[in-house]
Amino acid sequence: MKLPDLTELAVRNLRESFLRNSLTTVGISVGVASLVAMLSLGIGLQQLASRRLMKSGLFDTVVVTSRRDLRNFNREEERNGPAPGESRILDEPTRQEIERLPNVVEAYPDIRFITELRYEDKPHLTTIAALPASAKSTDAFETMQGHFFSSDMAPEAILQKAFAEELLGKAPKPGLDETNVKELAAPLIGKELTMRYAQREAAQASTGDQSLSGAAYSVVSREQKLKIVGVADLDPESMRGPTRARVFLPLKLAESLHVMQPTDLREISRTASDQPVYSSVSVRVKNPSQTQTIENTIRKMGFNTFSILDASKSIQQFFKVLDVFLGIFGSLALAVAFIGIVNTLVMAILERRREIGIMKAIGASDGDIKKLFFAEAGAMGILGGMVGVALGWAIGQVINLGTNVYLKSQSFPPEHFWSVPWWLVAFALVFSFFVSLAAGLYPAGRAARLDPVQALRYE
Amino acid sequence: MDPTAIHAEKLCRHYRMGETLIPAVDGVTLTVRAGEFVALLGSSGSGKSSVLNLIAGLDRPTSGSVVVNERDLSQLSREDLAHYRLHTVGMVFQSFNLIGSMTLAENVELPMRFAEVDRSKRGDLAREALERVGLEARMNHRPSELSGGEQQRAALARALINRPQLLLADEPTGNLDSHTGTEIMNLLREFNRQLGMTVVMVTHERTLAERYAQRLIFLADGKLVGDESISAMALSASEDGQLR
Repeated sequence: MKLPDLTELAVRNLRESFLRNSLTTVGISVGVASLVAMLSLGIGLQQLASRRLMKSGLFDTVVVTSRRDLRNFNREEERNGPAPGESRILDEPTRQEIERLPNVVEAYPDIRFITELRYEDKPHLTTIAALPASAKSTDAFETMQGHFFSSDMAPEAILQKAFAEELLGKAPKPGLDETNVKELAAPLIGKELTMRYAQREAAQASTGDQSLSGAAYSVVSREQKLKIVGVADLDPESMRGPTRARVFLPLKLAESLHVMQPTDLREISRTASDQPVYSSVSVRVKNPSQTQTIENTIRKMGFNTFSILDASKSIQQFFKVLDVFLGIFGSLALAVAFIGIVNTLVMAILERRREIGIMKAIGASDGDIKKLFFAEAGAMGILGGMVGVALGWAIGQVINLGTNVYLKSQSFPPEHFWSVPWWLVAFALVFSFFVSLAAGLYPAGRAARLDPVQALRYE
Repeated sequence: MDPTAIHAEKLCRHYRMGETLIPAVDGVTLTVRAGEFVALLGSSGSGKSSVLNLIAGLDRPTSGSVVVNERDLSQLSREDLAHYRLHTVGMVFQSFNLIGSMTLAENVELPMRFAEVDRSKRGDLAREALERVGLEARMNHRPSELSGGEQQRAALARALINRPQLLLADEPTGNLDSHTGTEIMNLLREFNRQLGMTVVMVTHERTLAERYAQRLIFLADGKLVGDESISAMALSASEDGQLR
């Protein structure tokens, strides 16, 4: 029998026992919906977690340090690489070389120094760090008051909450941190700070002694006016690499200031120019999954690297396990639907025993009968799958909506917990179709094997 | 002499009922020539329907053979047997056996679906077959909306749709009154004579068989107990009597 005839007969038969077949189809829908709901929750949560992790900048960042920096002493690396004294210097050409590696978004120097800031003529000693423009999208600045730097060269500063408190002369409260950033930011934003710093300045080669060229720079005290543009609501003890400072400057501005770095002194005997040498370079990778590859490449270049990849790996593993469990729970409902299909079709065989006998008497082959029952099971599967996917999606939307209403009432930003990717829709449809076919396997075989003489006698 | 259409040789069909073995057909040997109208007669349980089922390829013999158009049915696979039922045999039953959820046209079309006849041709062929049995006005009705005679005529139209060489009828008038029964029998004779179909009919009504069949085969306890040819003269006399 041809497929159009088969489909037509199957649909006709399904319509004949409308209520029973509808109930079976609803059973499949519920099964598929629960599978879709569970898996999309798993996927949604995983995406949410990776979004947050990506934003934190922890998992897509590799911190590169020179092996000459003995503070990062690592025995294994020591054994495998060149001796610290012979290894490469982390300078500007190296930074550019790293930035050119495939899948590297950016590589920026870690500029960090301790200096004095004056606010309303009062000196405050603090750590200052430079931030690249890309840091704007990290979650660290999500709840910030004011705005991010207007440009990479703007003489602007973002303060950390604790430093803002210090400037305003407020003592940080012990215990729970309930300081309102809004209140702190209001009197500070737009105000001016004066930063005093030590500038490394290339010295004139007046002596003409080339052997001294490595040390040919002087240190000059300078001042820079900074406008406060934002106050960030950050935990000062946060583990986030570049945020372990209390005042932030735009990266290009910080670079242009040529602030004296500790590494400058260390490399004084070696550097043959006034090119800056970095204590560390942060490398941002396109995708956390590429972190390991990039790390290996940079290690081969002769540098030490560090990333929180292992933590990310175990998180990924956790979500894989979560997906499996959610999938199993979702499939339980589908397993019940499977039994429902078998039951419906076995009932249909009993009911249509005579009809099967007639069909065989007028020339239907075993294959025709088998295909007919398969088509009925498949039709219920496809229909149930479609309704189930829609139902699963709707459940997801409702839960998303409900959760966001709750989050809003708790003044949290809205989140997307639920994700139904197209492949999940396709998978659910194909899966429900094949589960239905599998459910039809036994009834179809049984119908095909019916003895026509016996079946025709059946009343 | 017409070629042999059916030849059964020492045909046996035994059924097991618990511990006992029931010989429904017990060593029947018979030959039916192409174009013949044969009636299988016998009382209930004589094995006439079992013989018909074996000829129809609905059942397989326990031993012996049944050869139709030079093909030994006992040697055919299930698939080939289905193909044989589809293309070589047309069957009508006492209880009509139309599918209740389908209209007459759909019932008649059903064997063509199995034979994978082109969709565009099926409608016309079904209409033609129903016209032949005088049911063109009822083609969109369901069997439950028709009388017994009409249902049996529809079943005849379905049996003819794939142009089989063999028409097998199992008590075709058993559920009909005598007038309607006569109509059906006339149709059977028409198909036998005009289309040259071989007809094998199971009945227990001897008078009916004598009036229409060319040959009467008697069965009792699964055995062939008699084989009578009706002379052409007697047949034409019965036709005359019927016409008056």
